[in-house]
Amino acid sequence: MKDKIQHHLSDALLMAYSAGSLPEAFSLTVASHIAMCDECRARLEAFDSVGGALIESVETVAMGNGSLKATLAMIGGAMTERPKARAVTGVLPSPLHDYIGGDLDDVNWRPVGMGVKQAILPTSDEATARLLYIPAGVAVPDHGHQGMELTLVLQGAFMDENAHFGPGDIEIADEHMHHTPVAAPGMDCICLAATDAPLRFRGLVPRIAQSFLNI
Amino acid sequence: MTERDIENHEWAECIAAIRDRQSTAAFAVLFEHFAPRVKGFLMRSGADEGLAEECAQEVMATLWRKAHQFDPSRASAATWIFTIARNRRIDAIRKQRRPEPEELSWGPEQEPDQEDVLALQQESEQLTKAIAALPDKQRALIEKAYFGDLSHREIAEQTGLPLGTIKSRIRLALERLRHEMT
Repeated sequence: MKDKIQHHLSDALLMAYSAGSLPEAFSLTVASHIAMCDECRARLEAFDSVGGALIESVETVAMGNGSLKATLAMIGGAMTERPKARAVTGVLPSPLHDYIGGDLDDVNWRPVGMGVKQAILPTSDEATARLLYIPAGVAVPDHGHQGMELTLVLQGAFMDENAHFGPGDIEIADEHMHHTPVAAPGMDCICLAATDAPLRFRGLVPRIAQSFLNI
Repeated sequence: MTERDIENHEWAECIAAIRDRQSTAAFAVLFEHFAPRVKGFLMRSGADEGLAEECAQEVMATLWRKAHQFDPSRASAATWIFTIARNRRIDAIRKQRRPEPEELSWGPEQEPDQEDVLALQQESEQLTKAIAALPDKQRALIEKAYFGDLSHREIAEQTGLPLGTIKSRIRLALERLRHEMT
């Protein structure tokens, strides 16, 4: 699976994630893609090393008196922590596991019509992250791209006029993008979608019905 | 070896000494070098002095606790400490969680290949030099991004970001990952 990823993170997203300036919902999506994509993991390491270079060149500010002693007291001679075992295998990448408290079976889905389900994840409110479950062959609900939207495929695939997105692929869309993504036939599609626009499924059912008629 | 290579090597040794024997002497060496840098970084990122002092101490304490996770073939000590400081900043200043991909784990039994460690140190040194040698305008842009002064949208709109400087670092990271996966 890892070799087949075709759609990767942009340099701007990787730099913003490395710098720590993305809203939590976007960070969750970026982290989930990186957990599935070695190439972007390597690119992130390079962006992090830019941060390392800046730490070396930043103007220093003297620590307060007794700060070393205070820090050692905070540590209290504790043993270092053994690294945790690698995340369990499942459909969901490990960053998502942490938000759901389990794998796909533990998702608290809410139907939004026409067999489509969603689960909104708890993140800070600058942006929204949600899991979308779209039955095979069904059009993705038209939720508009008022801001930026990232869509990461976790299972199945979706297609639009321009491209095919399979597991691990990430689509980066902005308000200029107009398209009609459709879940590929054969397997239900599960995506993680993050957007910084207010979440709106206005008139959802009519819209899906309309999408159906347009297929 | 340049002076910086020796330093990099020394920092990695200090972290190993904390990991293996809870050496407070090694910790003091790291603290003296890095704590004022972390504090400077946090203040440039918008923290007042009191908060920056408190967070810098916490960052250094985290370094101790997580010494096992440091892999000198994947990151320089400065890079690793940057990631801890950045996470503390997100937590303390932005009051958010930062989701992260899981660490690729290598048990303590699997010591990293010394050749890989050396290659990483040289690459880090070259990157630091390349960034220092950038025209002021470009370097200022990178600093703004990493001190948290640019949103994702603003970063995406910048055409002057010198991303070429990290290309060879990306190649090295990819080689290391492929090596690890096989």
